[in-house]
Amino acid sequence: MKPPPFSYHDPGTVTEAVQLLASLDNAKLLAGGQSLMPMLNMRYAQPDHVIDLNRVEGLSYIREDAGGLEIGAMTRQRDLEFSEDVKRLCPLLAEAMPLIGHRQTRNRGTIGGSLSHFDASAEIPTVCTAVDAIVRVEGPNGEREIPFKDFPAGYLTTSMALDEVLKSVRLPPWAAGHGHGFEEFARRHGDFAIVSAAALIEAGTDGAITRVSVTIGGIGPAPFRVAAAEAALVGQAGSAAALAAAAEHCRDIDAHDDIHAPASYRQHLAVVLARRALEKAWTRVEAGPGEPNMGPTT
Amino acid sequence: MSEKRKLSVAVNGTSYDEDVEVRLTLADFLRHQLGLTGTHLGCEHGVCGACTVLVDGLSVRGCLMLAVQADGTEITTVEGIAPSATELHPLQQAFHDNHGLHCGFCTPGMLTTLLELLRDNPSPTETEVREAISGNLCRCTGYQGIVDAALDAAERLKDGGGDSR
Amino acid sequence: MNWPVKGKVMGKPIKRLEDPELLRGEARFIDDISLPGMLEAAFVRSPHAHAEIRGIDATAAKAIPGVHAVLALDDLMPYLETEFLVVGLPSPSYKQDRNRSALAGGEVTHVGEPVAVVIADDRYIAEDAAQLVFIDYDILPAAADCREALADGAPPVHKGADGNLLAEFNMGYGEVDAAFSGAAHIFQDSFRLHRGGSHSIECRGCVGFHDRATDELTLWVSSQMPHSALRVLVDMLGRDENQIRVVTPDIGGGFGPKLVVYQEDVVVSVAALMLGRPVKWIEDRREHFISTTQERDQYWEVEIATDDQARILGLRGSIIHDHGAYTARGINLPQNSAESLPGPYEVPAYRMNTKLALTNKVPVTPVRGAGHPQAAFVIERLLDRVAQELGLDRVEVRNRNLIPAEAMPYTRPLKTRGGLAVVLDSGDFPGLQNDALARAGWKDFAARQEAARNEGRYIGIGLANFVKGTGRGPFEVVTVRVGTSGKVHVYTGGTAIGQGTRTMLAQIVAEQLGGDVNNITVTTGDTAATALGIGTSNSRLAVTAGTSAHVAAGNVREKVLKVAASMLECPAQDLEIEGDEIHVMDQPGRIANVSVKLGEVAHAMAGTPGYVLPGGVGPGLEATEHVLLDSKAFACGTAVVEVEVDIETGGVKILNYVIAHDCGNIINPLLVDGQVLGGTAHGIGNALYEWMAYDDNGQPLTTNLADYLLVGAVEMPRVELIHQESPSPLNPLGVKGVGECGVVPASGAIISAIDDALAPFGVHITQAPISPPDIVALIEQGRQRL
Repeated sequence: MKPPPFSYHDPGTVTEAVQLLASLDNAKLLAGGQSLMPMLNMRYAQPDHVIDLNRVEGLSYIREDAGGLEIGAMTRQRDLEFSEDVKRLCPLLAEAMPLIGHRQTRNRGTIGGSLSHFDASAEIPTVCTAVDAIVRVEGPNGEREIPFKDFPAGYLTTSMALDEVLKSVRLPPWAAGHGHGFEEFARRHGDFAIVSAAALIEAGTDGAITRVSVTIGGIGPAPFRVAAAEAALVGQAGSAAALAAAAEHCRDIDAHDDIHAPASYRQHLAVVLARRALEKAWTRVEAGPGEPNMGPTT
Repeated sequence: MSEKRKLSVAVNGTSYDEDVEVRLTLADFLRHQLGLTGTHLGCEHGVCGACTVLVDGLSVRGCLMLAVQADGTEITTVEGIAPSATELHPLQQAFHDNHGLHCGFCTPGMLTTLLELLRDNPSPTETEVREAISGNLCRCTGYQGIVDAALDAAERLKDGGGDSR
Repeated sequence: MNWPVKGKVMGKPIKRLEDPELLRGEARFIDDISLPGMLEAAFVRSPHAHAEIRGIDATAAKAIPGVHAVLALDDLMPYLETEFLVVGLPSPSYKQDRNRSALAGGEVTHVGEPVAVVIADDRYIAEDAAQLVFIDYDILPAAADCREALADGAPPVHKGADGNLLAEFNMGYGEVDAAFSGAAHIFQDSFRLHRGGSHSIECRGCVGFHDRATDELTLWVSSQMPHSALRVLVDMLGRDENQIRVVTPDIGGGFGPKLVVYQEDVVVSVAALMLGRPVKWIEDRREHFISTTQERDQYWEVEIATDDQARILGLRGSIIHDHGAYTARGINLPQNSAESLPGPYEVPAYRMNTKLALTNKVPVTPVRGAGHPQAAFVIERLLDRVAQELGLDRVEVRNRNLIPAEAMPYTRPLKTRGGLAVVLDSGDFPGLQNDALARAGWKDFAARQEAARNEGRYIGIGLANFVKGTGRGPFEVVTVRVGTSGKVHVYTGGTAIGQGTRTMLAQIVAEQLGGDVNNITVTTGDTAATALGIGTSNSRLAVTAGTSAHVAAGNVREKVLKVAASMLECPAQDLEIEGDEIHVMDQPGRIANVSVKLGEVAHAMAGTPGYVLPGGVGPGLEATEHVLLDSKAFACGTAVVEVEVDIETGGVKILNYVIAHDCGNIINPLLVDGQVLGGTAHGIGNALYEWMAYDDNGQPLTTNLADYLLVGAVEMPRVELIHQESPSPLNPLGVKGVGECGVVPASGAIISAIDDALAPFGVHITQAPISPPDIVALIEQGRQRL
């Protein structure tokens, strides 16, 4: 189980990386390596060229701007996990971080790597789907932004062109006092979730829900926003019955069978976890902005 | 094809300048090129944690990093933990005292991972210890001796029993 | 044999001699061996469960720079007397001989079977070339499931074979049918136990080296049984014993499959001979999934007959056991299963028919527990069923059937594979159960369960009893030698696979020879150190090697004291050995004329030309023993487990795990606890996590550690241990084995607890492992019945 032969490139700028990507045949970008390296060791991936992004300047940052939280592609998952800005501005992401792999993988793994690899049961794509993230990529013709709803293109595939490099992702903010909840079911601590659910709720001063996001991960080629569940809740108070009824809309998502679980179980979990995530989010709405983080309750 | 690169790296305080094949993993570099065979390979796909080493103080899986990527870093392996040839580090001593190892194959990864934990969190709870080593598989111990050793080591380190690196 | 068994160091939590090197990263595992000029091997393995090989084209592979050879079976044959590894344990019940070939010849019968090998400068290059070995396969239909493999019309596992029945045997005693016809109650159940892997964190591996100066072939191998590997190599290579040495380095876990001699061991040996260079092969994890033996697939159909008081009158049924594609060990596993079904219970009449089915899967040989966990699961599930059907507490049903302590030794009219009677030698089964139940709070549990259910939480408690035959004979060899340095050297044919063998033997020997374990060195698993040797399996070393070490050390002790008495001119009975010196009792310390060093005695006994040896005894200061111990010493115990089931996700969390166990006299409580804990973790994996998936065509689907789930530190509960020590009367130390004990009751107890938690839904689980999707489906079925 050793990597196949390849040529190694370690550009210093994104533009260089893009040029390499555009000019080399069968090239692969290497970010944190927590997905690509196993694939190389197992020879599932056999690139002729590996373009290592770890020495590219200026891709590791977490900053707040008018559009929310902007995160550089090579920001390590560890840095997101311990970031006060992430806790404050995207507590949903903060709640999901400790569920990603293990200490050793979060020390290396990056947000851009996770998004580019795009495993549908991974936590970061689910959070990005939930908050309508915007991905910024650079290609030979310059930069462009991709709204997250347009980012997935199939199993383990994104809509980035083959010669584009993911530069950053922006997580638009939810109003202060919003509630969030991330729930997943994994067989063991740190495993990929069989199914995950992310919920975000904003409510008006009258207690009625004004805005809601419900996302299910791990149940198809990409995390799935359940519009029917969201629509069912807007204008309602977050009663247990309303949240449960909304979660029921998650049952009919097209799901896949694999060695870990049949499709029907995934659909069942989607309902259960959506309800739990909504309940957690609503509890936080009721607790008010002073209590943004209850920490994972699983 | 055997493309090579120059690599400068400090391992356990010793500087090395080596030519390495670009596809060589960090774990294989340490084991076979530097002869530091204490770092073990249990799965080579990033699950078992036996190959965990500290790169600039952070635990990483040695099988999921290319040696060339370690250029300019400082690495600690299991061979670099003990303060001398005759003494054990308090964490190692706690493993010995609490029967925290049987076959010893996962032990190097457990030790490096726990060194990082005890540095970042000198008073971990049992749950925190278990989560810290959740990416390190052991088939022998049932983990209980390892967890006890980590909690014992935390106490020893607080009592001034040595640095936690 | 009236030497002290306990005192200075025996029974004490001596910290392990093995640890310092392992903790410093200075140990030497198989992949740590590096020899000048060493080449590395990568195997080309079958991607098909069943296929005919039409041709092999290695041209492209051989053209890669750094490749030294690409070998197929034909290339090996000039070096081999036979291509077959003939290793099957004897039995009259075989209907087919299915031995593995060093490399596949005309046919492959499981995914992962080695077909060719590339030898190159390093493993990276070897893998590059292995990708370019083109094998022309004609794919044949495969039999993946053992029950289906025995059905009419099933595809033959080996082409041209007349069916897939490898062996069949019956076991039992008493008037079974009469017992059933007169029974108040008869319950029938079908069970499925699933296979898994051993997954030592170190995979297999070996290094072959042919020294032309001495014509000696040395094979370092991560093996539990180096002497067995030696015998296979002698047979296959046509070399004599003096020309082959098999050595075990430090071993990163065994758990059963490393007792097998594998094709790779033979191929690497041949390659080293052919190429005149050392050759190393290290199994990677993917290879471990498809080429290292596995265990546990069995289907059981069983009936239990009881009287109106829930007392067992009889058991009868049948087992279909998955043997895999070849005989890599024998029929021992289902033999163990069938032999141990009655377990710790009084079963007046018993009959079991057992069929071993060939399948197009990795061969099946013992994995920690070796047939016993399956049987323990089945009998415990049947007793739970009786309790449920008759409205009795599960403990009460067991109390009415457990063999009482007064009945020990208890002879069961069954025969072991060696034709010996099955005698449960000692133990207090009801006492163990009581201890475990008390610690686990069984009596209060109903109230806790009700309180939890009122909060919407589903908790359950379960129990399982077990007996486990340990210390399988006939012997293990131990030599104890005092050197002129004063160090005591111990050599054994047993191998150290992480279980603390060196510490265990050092304690036994130190008890006789000075009480200082640090003055003892222990050499394990080297065919040059001991001519005989059986090795490590079946929780056997403490019993077999321990006894031989005890007797050998005692013999050396007697000699030491006799010679020292002659040197000090005092009676031997006045002398004691402390540390590395012998002194007159009550006068410890180095006092001239009243003490002498062990090394001095060894010097005296080494002989000086022309001088008479002192003490009137023979030369040297050593003894070799292979004490014959044919009967197994039965360890026993009870596990009680409390779980919480999330009825929405099917997730199971173990809240409390208690195991009371008895492995006779304890040599070292640290090691015993460690073994029970490790076995328990393995058992939890078997109950809840480990699923070695194959598709209908025999393709393995879980070939990495992200898909095949080993228990992690978060999933593993803290386990409470309770010890009883019922000395075995079968050996002078009174010890029994412990290595496999933890695993045996785990599945039965855990699944009993899940059933209990889900009692409102009428769930009755008859398989292990059980997964969250299974549990959700069972709950749903239960709801529909209600």
